[in-house]
Amino acid sequence: MTTVDPYAGERLKKTHFYPRAAPLNIRDAWVAWNGYKFAECYYDAEYEYFCVRNSCATYDICPMQKYYVEGSDAEAMLNRMVTRDVKKLGLNRVMYTVWCTDEGRVVDDGTIFRLADDKFMLTCGSPCNAWLKMSAFGFSDVTITDMSDEIAALSFQGPTSCAVLKKMGLQGIETAKPFDIRHFPFHGDTLMVSRTGFTGDLGYELWVTPELALDLWDELYAVGADYGIQPFGEEATNMTRLEAGFIMPDLELHEALKTIHLEHDQSPLELNLGWLVDFKKPHFNGRIALLKEKERGTKYTLTKLDIPGNKPAVEAILYKNERCSQDIGYVTSAMWSPAVKANIALAMIRTEFLKGDIWVEVYFQKELRQYRKVVKATIVKKQFWTPPRARATPPLDF
Amino acid sequence: MGVLDLNRVNSIVIGAGHNGLVCAAYLAKKGHSVLVLESSDTLGGLAAGREFHPGFKTSVAHSINHFPQKIIKDLALESFGFGAPAEPLPTTGLSLDGSHVVLQKDTLTGVGESDITAYRHISRLLQRFADRLEPFWLKTIPRVGIKNLTDLLTFGQMGLRVRMLGKADMREFMRITTLPVRDLMDENFEHDILKAMLSWDGLVGSKLAPRSPNHAVLAMLYRRVGGQHGSVASLIKALVSAASAAGADIRTSTAVEKVLVKADDKGLIAHGVRLANGEIIEADRIISATDPQTTFLKLVGVANLEIEFTNRIRRLRCEGYVAKLHLALSDLPKFPGLRKPGGRMIIAPNMDAIEFAFDDAKYGECSQQPVMEIIIPSIYDDSLAPLGKHVLSAHVMYAPYQHKGGWDDAKREAFTARAIDTIARYAPGIKEQIIQSELLTPLDLEHEFNVTGGHWHHTEFALDQSLMMRPTYEAAQYSTPIPGLYLCGAGSHPGGDLTGGPGHNAAQEILR
Amino acid sequence: MNTFDAIIIGAGHNGLTNAAYLAKAGLNVVVLEKNDYIGGASVTREMHEGWHYSSASYVCSLLRQALHRDLDLTRHGLLLVPYLGTVNFADDGRTLTAFTNPEADYLELKRHSPHDADSMFRFQSDMGRYAHFIRKTLLRTPPDPTSFKPRDIRELLWMGKQMWALGEKEIYEYIRFFTMSAAEFLEDYFENDLIKAAMATPGIIGTALGVYSPGSAYVLLHHVMGDVDGNVGAWGLARGGMGAISNAIAGALQQYGGEIRTNAGVQNLLVKNGKASGVVLENGDELHAGIVVSNLDAKRTFTKIVDRKDLPPGIYEKAKNFKIRGSSGKVNIALSGMPKFTGVPDNRYINCGGQNFTGSLETMERAYDCWKHGRWSDDPFVEGVIPSAWDPTVAPPGKHWMSNFVQYCPPKLADGPWTPEKRDLFGQAVVDKIERYSPGFKDLIVHMEVRTPHELESEIGLTEGNIFQGELTIDQLLFNRPFPGYAQYRMPVKNLYMCGASTHPGGGVSAACGANAAREILIDLKRPNTVPEDDFYDE
Repeated sequence: MTTVDPYAGERLKKTHFYPRAAPLNIRDAWVAWNGYKFAECYYDAEYEYFCVRNSCATYDICPMQKYYVEGSDAEAMLNRMVTRDVKKLGLNRVMYTVWCTDEGRVVDDGTIFRLADDKFMLTCGSPCNAWLKMSAFGFSDVTITDMSDEIAALSFQGPTSCAVLKKMGLQGIETAKPFDIRHFPFHGDTLMVSRTGFTGDLGYELWVTPELALDLWDELYAVGADYGIQPFGEEATNMTRLEAGFIMPDLELHEALKTIHLEHDQSPLELNLGWLVDFKKPHFNGRIALLKEKERGTKYTLTKLDIPGNKPAVEAILYKNERCSQDIGYVTSAMWSPAVKANIALAMIRTEFLKGDIWVEVYFQKELRQYRKVVKATIVKKQFWTPPRARATPPLDF
Repeated sequence: MGVLDLNRVNSIVIGAGHNGLVCAAYLAKKGHSVLVLESSDTLGGLAAGREFHPGFKTSVAHSINHFPQKIIKDLALESFGFGAPAEPLPTTGLSLDGSHVVLQKDTLTGVGESDITAYRHISRLLQRFADRLEPFWLKTIPRVGIKNLTDLLTFGQMGLRVRMLGKADMREFMRITTLPVRDLMDENFEHDILKAMLSWDGLVGSKLAPRSPNHAVLAMLYRRVGGQHGSVASLIKALVSAASAAGADIRTSTAVEKVLVKADDKGLIAHGVRLANGEIIEADRIISATDPQTTFLKLVGVANLEIEFTNRIRRLRCEGYVAKLHLALSDLPKFPGLRKPGGRMIIAPNMDAIEFAFDDAKYGECSQQPVMEIIIPSIYDDSLAPLGKHVLSAHVMYAPYQHKGGWDDAKREAFTARAIDTIARYAPGIKEQIIQSELLTPLDLEHEFNVTGGHWHHTEFALDQSLMMRPTYEAAQYSTPIPGLYLCGAGSHPGGDLTGGPGHNAAQEILR
Repeated sequence: MNTFDAIIIGAGHNGLTNAAYLAKAGLNVVVLEKNDYIGGASVTREMHEGWHYSSASYVCSLLRQALHRDLDLTRHGLLLVPYLGTVNFADDGRTLTAFTNPEADYLELKRHSPHDADSMFRFQSDMGRYAHFIRKTLLRTPPDPTSFKPRDIRELLWMGKQMWALGEKEIYEYIRFFTMSAAEFLEDYFENDLIKAAMATPGIIGTALGVYSPGSAYVLLHHVMGDVDGNVGAWGLARGGMGAISNAIAGALQQYGGEIRTNAGVQNLLVKNGKASGVVLENGDELHAGIVVSNLDAKRTFTKIVDRKDLPPGIYEKAKNFKIRGSSGKVNIALSGMPKFTGVPDNRYINCGGQNFTGSLETMERAYDCWKHGRWSDDPFVEGVIPSAWDPTVAPPGKHWMSNFVQYCPPKLADGPWTPEKRDLFGQAVVDKIERYSPGFKDLIVHMEVRTPHELESEIGLTEGNIFQGELTIDQLLFNRPFPGYAQYRMPVKNLYMCGASTHPGGGVSAACGANAAREILIDLKRPNTVPEDDFYDE
């Protein structure tokens, strides 16, 4: 008797690397991302974090959304959609950008790869089919193909990552600058490597057809064994990106199209991503609104905070004074940074209060008892931590 | 191709429909140099006179019933030959047995005493409402996000005028404005033909049937505004003369291909047009009398527009549901029971007939039993047909713009035959009088008049596409998201029909 | 003992709620019910041995939880269990399941259309925004825009403020949404025909409008603005059927000392010196009270119970013109086993939800066309649910009860009055439709109860069988409900009030009408208010 799984349609899908990644998920710690089963951590989040900072580690980005945007109007279409100038994106280069609603609120952030004059790949954290379709309406020659399930992608990060790729035979990979794309022959097909990542460390993202996903994994892990390779999950990613000061969807960013309440979404200026907004470009979606916002000043500003003590200020409210009589913002992400040994946080703070004191109301627990303390935070201007190797070309040997 | 050395003009008006002409005339009168560019070889757009058979002429828009006095006065249209007949046209609800229902001015005949009393009551009530709304048809309706005192005053005035109706009337107003026209009729009248005939003004030209809530009563109120009645041809002639006399330069057979948008780091600005022949004309502002979809999606291009705005323009409901029937007749047709087939004659035996005719069209089919409004304009204007011969003009509902499987000649002929059969049931013998017939489907209207969907009103006249939402917010005060580009067509407040309202309001906004 | 402080006519859930709050305030109240059972349309009845049908209404979402908590309904026996999901069946055999779990729901939508799966997020946040505003008005008395009383002006300003909080753009979107058709509204988001059809179904429930009729988008919202445990749009079943709601409220009422009399149909309202002073029962008994509250619909109240001569001019006509066309039928079926549906895995979790025999937008619209022609559709829209899949109290173990709500069914047939034979033919059309998706369904049928608008009127007293006690169109919503000028529960005869679904916020088993009316009565009596304010989990 054959048994049909009545819940088949409801179960999360498995990524192309699942057969290799699952046995390594010692903790069986899975979450969901875009309908895929996705590792929260494999062995220990802090261990994985240190693999990224100390040796090398892989992060399965198959569930990330990937779209080909092709045709003679592809550049114009993307250029109208995103805030940066796509015209300035060279062949085989990658650009990080955001795209906004008409009101200048962030729909999502992501990267654009120029694969040819008239061919781009756009990647982002959430499905973007509907917005891309709406954006493409009226352009006569642009085709959008959802490649999310058709490309296997693995993020490979850490100080030894370049060495591993070199040893795998990817000749000249050390000459790839940040945001460069390289193509290498691989098992009769092509392995695309971009020097990109979400950790703020030296790292690459590897893109390959699903049929070769396991071969890629096997080769990478065979060579990587001597270089401390380890898969890492969502938790470690969140730690590294916070140290690098990158925004995370659903923490710093509430996607505008999914927002019910007025102003619960964010503008790129509020997110401190003004450098992504190219006002020199005469037209892009949200430009008029963003220009107004720029003149007026943003209501909130995403700010990096150093907080006394060692209790992460998770979900904390910020105040103007120690008495907590006026709230001026809220913490979006907070953690103890293992690299810089500091209690760090990202917070949305009302811009007008940035000049004054910032007090944080931290709740923490000791053996089930809840405690509260109010401490004065300092604003951190630079990223909490990015190693110089992240930008060096060629990268130093570890 | 190259930039011709042309004098730069203040304003270019795209399209010489009546709204384009009204707008041009107002601007020219204020000393603007105005250039009106019309793609076809005739003036007047859907109101243009056209010969559909040698010697037989008519226009798609075949009657005027609420052209505002203010525009007539401002532009001195009477001095240019726009005169009104002494009496407004009567409206007749045709009956198969010859006992027709006739409404001449406010006198109703052919129905029972209770209906006459009820009509007197409801007509006065609606007139009171219409009077309250009247000033707002010739006014820009401001954004809800009030910015200045004038806007604030408009809203204040609006609220006050409605409040001044008094408690009872105001309550009835709140209830009635969104009522399906069928309910309004059933609440007040008994006679089937009367109900259908009075519903007509709420429904004609729209994707609406008697049972559809929310929009029909508003359309009735819009059409009840006291104004001028008169011949379409003389109106267009007068508008052309008025605009020309004020100095506007009107060119026919001059199709605009693109609105030119300049980009610098300050943003976008519309600065001219490119004609189909490649010629480029620069101007301070471009005013489009074409429908919003044509203006934004074709002439401006989406690359210059915001994404959600574009989507709203794309989603405008622009599909026409009315076919236009023209008959060249050898003689005046005889409608038993009617002394003379004058005025507007409506064929709709009851409200269900309209409803069921609409139901066919919902699914992309032509009505099996069409309903229609007939006028024989040659009775009033003998230049439209050779001596003794006549022209019959009818708005036939419902013919969907998007016919299931697409329009073709066979479908057009079948619908023509069905429409003529329907008329012949009320005017036996008319078939023998037909010299030539022509039926323009919404698709034909789109092709011939460059109006998206063949929609009379450019876009559906519905509550969600009216007032400060017509055609959509951010373009509802005649200016558009692109500086230098304005709208002045029926797709803007107050909407369609021959009222000149959009043209007038756009001009006021530009001159503000 | 035939003198009371207040008489409430009709023991539907709103009448009981109203009485409970008046009793709570210390009033001596009696609820009069013409039937020998209470509950009105929120009722459970054993129509076949061992099977307990929710004969009329069958699901619950709008019931205000502030009232639930305040009247301690759980202690009086009410347990609301949320749906797990609903399967929509297309004509061509495809199915679309709406799961409550977001990941499962996303995967299922993506199976049909990646575009629509993505658009669903935008749709839900937009609906959330619209619901957010209107939900706040449910437990409030609508202001009278023609009045200059401070309270009305205050309430109007409050509404304006709530509206303004949406943002300028959303105000336009809101007006647009309020006036357009469900089909056109959904076109803004979705491409897939089945997804559109599935999402459109709440737009026609109980309504004499089609999916293409302007105004149906609001009806759609009316059905998704309720919530279960803070999940806006979720639906739940009452354990023991919908009668459990009425019984629990009755329990609360009796605890506060209120009285309920069944078999006590009201013949006439007594009016003395222009004031309501009591009622005459069908058996001739007279009951007296300073306050009379009608839980009957507006049309019934003013054309049947109140003498025309006691009414100010124009009210009778208003009542006669009150739009209350019935459009729905109900077929309750006792089954000897769980039916199997094609295209759905034999999945008991999915079965713990609804089965919508949706078809396409066109199927639904054509069913509406039939209604316009005065006949029922041979291919109607059927919203089924098998409560016995997770409620052990409504059918014997292993046996099942399927509730089927049918849209459309006309109150009057073009070919003469409803007869038992025609009623059964209507029931047969529904069974035939289900059989198409569940071969062998007919063989499982043990007993059937068929309810056309005719039965809904003659048994429960809903005029023309309209389940909302009056249509939910703009001309009859908020301060227009039931009539402009009488939306604050006070009626044209002094001391006469209305508390049924004919008043704001309308039908849907919210109990809000009854509670709102009680608050107004207590204001007039200068008594302390006993009705709680709504709570929204700080949403």
